[in-house]
Amino acid sequence: MNANPQTLAPPPDSPRPAESRRLVVGLAGQPNVGKSTVFSILTGLTAEVGNWPGRTVERREGSVRIGGREFHIVDLPGTYSLTSNSEEERIARDFILGERPDVIVMLADASALERNLYLLAELLLLPIPVVLGVNMIDVARREGMEFDAHVLQAALDLPVVPMVASRNEGVAELLAAAAAVADGRQTFAPERPEIAAAHREVYERIQALIAPAVPPGLPGDWAALKLLEGDREVTSKAHQWLPPAEWAQVHALLREHEDAVLDVAGARYEWIGRMVRAAVRRPRLGQISFTDRFDRIATHPGWGLALLLAVFGMVFWLTFSVAGPVQEWLADSVIAALSTNLAGALAGAPAWLSGMLVDGMLAGAGIVVTFVPILFVFFLALGFLEDTGYQSRMAYVMDRFMHRLGLHGKSFLPLFLGFGCNVPAVMGSRVIESRPARLLTIVLTPFVPCSARLLVLAFLVPLFFPAYPALVAWGLVAGNLVVLVLVGLLLDRFVFRRERLAFIMEMPLYHVPNLRTILVFATTNVWTFMKRAATIIVVVSMIIWLLVSYPVGRVDDSYLAVIGRLLEPVGALMGLDWRLIVATLSAFVAKENAVAALGIIYGVDGENLGTTLAAFVTPAAGLAFLVVNMLFVPCVATVAAVRQETGSWRWTAASTGLMLASALLFGTLVYEGALLLGLGGVDA
Amino acid sequence: MTSAQSVSLSDLPTGFRGIVARVNGGRDLDARLAAMGLTAGTEIVVLQNRGFGPMLAKVRDTRIALGRGQAGMVTVYECEPADPRTATRLAAPG
Repeated sequence: MNANPQTLAPPPDSPRPAESRRLVVGLAGQPNVGKSTVFSILTGLTAEVGNWPGRTVERREGSVRIGGREFHIVDLPGTYSLTSNSEEERIARDFILGERPDVIVMLADASALERNLYLLAELLLLPIPVVLGVNMIDVARREGMEFDAHVLQAALDLPVVPMVASRNEGVAELLAAAAAVADGRQTFAPERPEIAAAHREVYERIQALIAPAVPPGLPGDWAALKLLEGDREVTSKAHQWLPPAEWAQVHALLREHEDAVLDVAGARYEWIGRMVRAAVRRPRLGQISFTDRFDRIATHPGWGLALLLAVFGMVFWLTFSVAGPVQEWLADSVIAALSTNLAGALAGAPAWLSGMLVDGMLAGAGIVVTFVPILFVFFLALGFLEDTGYQSRMAYVMDRFMHRLGLHGKSFLPLFLGFGCNVPAVMGSRVIESRPARLLTIVLTPFVPCSARLLVLAFLVPLFFPAYPALVAWGLVAGNLVVLVLVGLLLDRFVFRRERLAFIMEMPLYHVPNLRTILVFATTNVWTFMKRAATIIVVVSMIIWLLVSYPVGRVDDSYLAVIGRLLEPVGALMGLDWRLIVATLSAFVAKENAVAALGIIYGVDGENLGTTLAAFVTPAAGLAFLVVNMLFVPCVATVAAVRQETGSWRWTAASTGLMLASALLFGTLVYEGALLLGLGGVDA
Repeated sequence: MTSAQSVSLSDLPTGFRGIVARVNGGRDLDARLAAMGLTAGTEIVVLQNRGFGPMLAKVRDTRIALGRGQAGMVTVYECEPADPRTATRLAAPG
């Protein structure tokens, strides 16, 4: 793929800009309007991904040069409106009011123009000029709608550009129109929606009361309207701006007119109705669209579920069967060769240096690199599901089941994927818009036994329980999932209780996916993971190497063993001696290390490990060890992903602490239970 | 119109077509629904309601999935009985 932004020629009829001042453009729009397609056309892989200051939502921005003019594009979160109900909405309006872009480019979906213009009705109240791009006119035409940009432009009195962004039609024209407005070459004096007559008087009184106190730069009429809408942020700010007597008056007025919010919204739609009346025609009313036909299957409780499971199976298969071999190849060939070469190059260096670099740093870097194929394929699949519009159908079908756990229908895909690997699962939670549901999903995901943990299980269970391995293995996995459900119910009940989830979700029309958008989506996400998680993983890998190798180079006398011995009183509750504790701790770098660590500690490998373990470890302790290893701290890559997705060390610590607590609790319960069942054997 | 019978959206069958009477979900929910096109006076078509789990409705050319609880806070005036088989053919207000 071409890593650069797509070439955009300026539209032929546009004059060369008189000025060449760089323009800052805010890209706004409701969700599912093709904003990311436009953004990826403009900035490609050159976009910078950061976070909005003090927030956990990603901020994407990038520059593009069209016809000698430089545009700096800031992608605002997709929002239906600009009230302060969600973090995304606050971010979008704080950016517009605080950073003051030169112009806002708003994208709208031509097939649901009325609803889309609701956001425009809000944007027009802010002191920044707006240009409207009406996207997906091809889809609207298929739905039986004809749209006339000139008529809408005349009604709104602001530039309106018809677009098909997936074919790169209209994007350059949109920016040319934005530049024309920003430079003042085109007048911008649109008619704004007004509040309905029933509340005009109270609106004017509030406006007069707050006018002297509103800080400069903030439009007073906008603040008055937001107060009437019950906007929490503006309300609490107005409380600070105003002297107590004035605030009391405003407060009384607002209480008296709590129903004003409906009138404000009603007036906006009344205004929209007037704007679009002549611009949209429906010559082919009454045809059944593809979306309706396909939704009969996709949203059906039975067929929809079958389709969804087939799609999930496909995603799972693609991610782990296609990316798996690449991952193995990377680990066995590339990383192994690198480490041999590096070890050779460092032959003359002190042992600590070469050990630190080869076995600590490079091993950590190897882990990061081997995640790339899995993450890339997973994000391709996720981008495809999101871009086609099917993702919201999956959420709709699954919501029935997930709702009881306080989760969102969209939580299912990440949790399901967790069986393969927790890292893409945690990152996949970003498709959930509601923050409480997203956090709950992130916290629960590491409780899903990933393939590495299942591998440890498959290796150790037959050693401990040769008589009935399948029963024990399935029992452990089932028990693990029961713990997941229990933790989910408890968290939902006690932590997130005040944020009961309202399930409201738009089901967009199905679209032909845009390959470029999906590739940019996958690449950006993988790259962000590499950048943000790599440091944590490499540092932890080096620390663990240090703890294992020092002071003398033998595990038995290492610092890690010292820690293991210190923890023995706790381990005793679960029948774990220091060796099993050390194996558990070293599995933090990667879960599959547990087996290797046991081999090193007991000084045996391969088949002998079984006999040795059977001699040293009772079945009860073995069972407890397995339970602890399935529940205890996810691997470092998962912790790094949790840190990246929550954007908070506190949530990362809470998630890790929760796993530790349940590992201790259930490890102890299982051990004591197994002792009662007579699995204690002769004390080791 | 005020004389017409208004019914809770969650009790309406698939294919039902009516006009939204009231949205009573509190300020936050009302504002969210309004921004997605669901306001009093809008035509609404029930695309799917199976009596359990979330349901699907169409307002202002927008298909919205609603949880049972949220749908229970919306009331709808009956327009005319619609044939369920033609439900998906009904386009939004023109």
